[in-house]
Amino acid sequence: MSSGDWDGVRLHVVTGKGGTGKTTIAAALAMSLATHGKRVLLAEVEGRQGISGVFDVPRLGEDEVQVATGPGGGQVMGLSVDPKAALLEYLQMFYKLGMAGGMLERFGVIDFATTVAPGLRDVLLIGKVYEAVRRRPSRRGTRSAQLYDAVVLDAPPTGRVGQFLGVNHAMAGLAKMGPVKNQADAITALLQSAQTAVHLVTLLEEMPVQETVEAAAELRALSLPLGAVVINQEVTPPVGDGTLAQLAATDFDDAPLAADLAAVGLRVGPRMLAGLAQTGRDLTQRLALQDRERDALAGLGLPTVHLPLVPGGMDAGGLLELADAVAAQGVFG
Amino acid sequence: MTPPTLDIDVLLRDRSVRTIVCCGSGGVGKTTTAAAIAIRAAEQGRTVAVLTIDPARRLAQALGLEHLDNEPAPVDSIDSSAGGSLDAMMLDMKRTFDELVLRHSTPDKAQQILENPFYQAVSSSFAGTQEYMAMERLGQLHAELAGGAARWDLIVVDTPPSRSALDFLDAPGRLGSFLDGKFIRLLMSPAKAGGRAYLKVMSVGVHTMTAVMSKVLGGQLLRDAQTFVAALDSMFGGFRERADHTYALLSDASTAFVVVATPERDALREASFFAGRLASEGMPLAGLVVNRVERTRLPSLREGRAEAAAEEADGLPERTGTSWQPTDTAALLRLHAEHAAQAVRHEAAIGRFTASHPTIPQVLVAAAAEDVNDVGQLREIGAQLAE
Repeated sequence: MSSGDWDGVRLHVVTGKGGTGKTTIAAALAMSLATHGKRVLLAEVEGRQGISGVFDVPRLGEDEVQVATGPGGGQVMGLSVDPKAALLEYLQMFYKLGMAGGMLERFGVIDFATTVAPGLRDVLLIGKVYEAVRRRPSRRGTRSAQLYDAVVLDAPPTGRVGQFLGVNHAMAGLAKMGPVKNQADAITALLQSAQTAVHLVTLLEEMPVQETVEAAAELRALSLPLGAVVINQEVTPPVGDGTLAQLAATDFDDAPLAADLAAVGLRVGPRMLAGLAQTGRDLTQRLALQDRERDALAGLGLPTVHLPLVPGGMDAGGLLELADAVAAQGVFG
Repeated sequence: MTPPTLDIDVLLRDRSVRTIVCCGSGGVGKTTTAAAIAIRAAEQGRTVAVLTIDPARRLAQALGLEHLDNEPAPVDSIDSSAGGSLDAMMLDMKRTFDELVLRHSTPDKAQQILENPFYQAVSSSFAGTQEYMAMERLGQLHAELAGGAARWDLIVVDTPPSRSALDFLDAPGRLGSFLDGKFIRLLMSPAKAGGRAYLKVMSVGVHTMTAVMSKVLGGQLLRDAQTFVAALDSMFGGFRERADHTYALLSDASTAFVVVATPERDALREASFFAGRLASEGMPLAGLVVNRVERTRLPSLREGRAEAAAEEADGLPERTGTSWQPTDTAALLRLHAEHAAQAVRHEAAIGRFTASHPTIPQVLVAAAAEDVNDVGQLREIGAQLAE
């Protein structure tokens, strides 16, 4: 896959099953895009404060604040989109509500609109992201500090992402005309355009892969452009196939192994020999399982990014390591 | 610091425990744990139902749940020699909700509700509906009778894959109080919502609001909302009451919570929050199950020693006459070193949980090389829960 494929992409949507590290990957992607002088917005929409957690910065709110400096000297800005704030901002922008905004809040209308009116919440959340993607220097009141070269959206997990991105579909039964419908149409046009790519983060495990395959089908049915499959926490074992094949043989002779271990000063006993050999055989089994999942992912026909397991958990160094790995694979342009 | 051990058999022998709720953050193996507990209970002679939410395909097949079905079906592959039985089902949240509507209203009215776009949104996507329906279904299963007695004497529940374990406790109340909220009541009947003096202010407010809402959303949407709310209200007589009832069921002494985690920082932090919350709500926590704990085959050989030995083995002369070379030995030692390092990290992560919750019983389940494919593997996990 050449790096030119997503040159025109301004909105990177990152999804994945819970626990696959999609927020971390979204953060690493934002870092890798924040090369010299570039400005990238990283937005989350579920109020999880995942971004502030990854970058170890104070809680994010409605204001776009810098969360990191990219490895190439660019800036990563963070934003936690709140549906209530987005609705009030939206109403203010289009209806000049003034006092009425507070009243709507007091009577629970904002709660109502942002929690249950089908699809409205999602329109509001993506609407904010849409607005950030569409900002242009010529627009009145836009400070250059709020213009972005790219926006990375840490989207809801795979189980919900189709519904989330399919705002138009969700609104179809409800608002048949009017500003919300227009907004949903405009968002859908952006999401379905070549300016958007939806990336799927997974681990080489059964459930995440199963959900990735299902989400890919769902997103394709919604005409949303798929980006890359990101295989996270991929482990490259220190043991080669040749070694494993010998261990798997029924007539494996552990005498040379015992001799080596003794030669390096270990106290060799049957437990040690059996334990080490079994460790290798366990790996064979695990690799076979990973191959099965890898095949299922290959069937999607998407470019794949491989990211290593960062031992010891995620911190600033680990994030840079991932960002480098993302950049080195060139898939995201 | 050694925490007390969680022995699942003690819990299963206690006949007064009639519900076991497995909770924890997403992806920690809640469903697998729930299935393993259910099988163990059934094979010890209890009449068990397991309510799963979203099992992996192979786990579902292991339980014989190849088709999504909202009704419990017998799992034949267990050993019933102790007189027990196991039924398994997958929660179909929309169907549970639909059936609730059908049961509590006339056919005409039910049809009207089922076709309402607000109903469709709430029943299929409202954050909390899945949790609410899981509780609803749990209540129904407990109420089911067979030959005059309760059909099951133990129900094991898996919780929905929400991002936070706390959602399970909060969501039903959220749905309840939302449907019971001020605006909803205003939508239904503005006059009912306040006294006379209040009325005038209220109607001005309501008027402004409806005007704004119609402008933004369109009038049809508001009418749909009104129909939906009115229909639900007449049907349920207060969602909040229902939610309170299910909440009460959870704090009952016949319920035991099992918090599930993996030995990673985030999952254990969730488990820790959840444990704290259960304690403050007076809900009975049986203990913590930590899944996928790394255990090396050679606990005595530490990471550093294995690494050093690998370095040294790399320098040994090539061997003739056999295909096994010192580099193969070095590779195996490095592989072991990785496992040993992982085991140490896991132990440290669990240790942090123990330090903040020294009295919560724990049990560790070893990481398996393969996914759960059959009842035999679930039985093996069940055995680890009782070690």
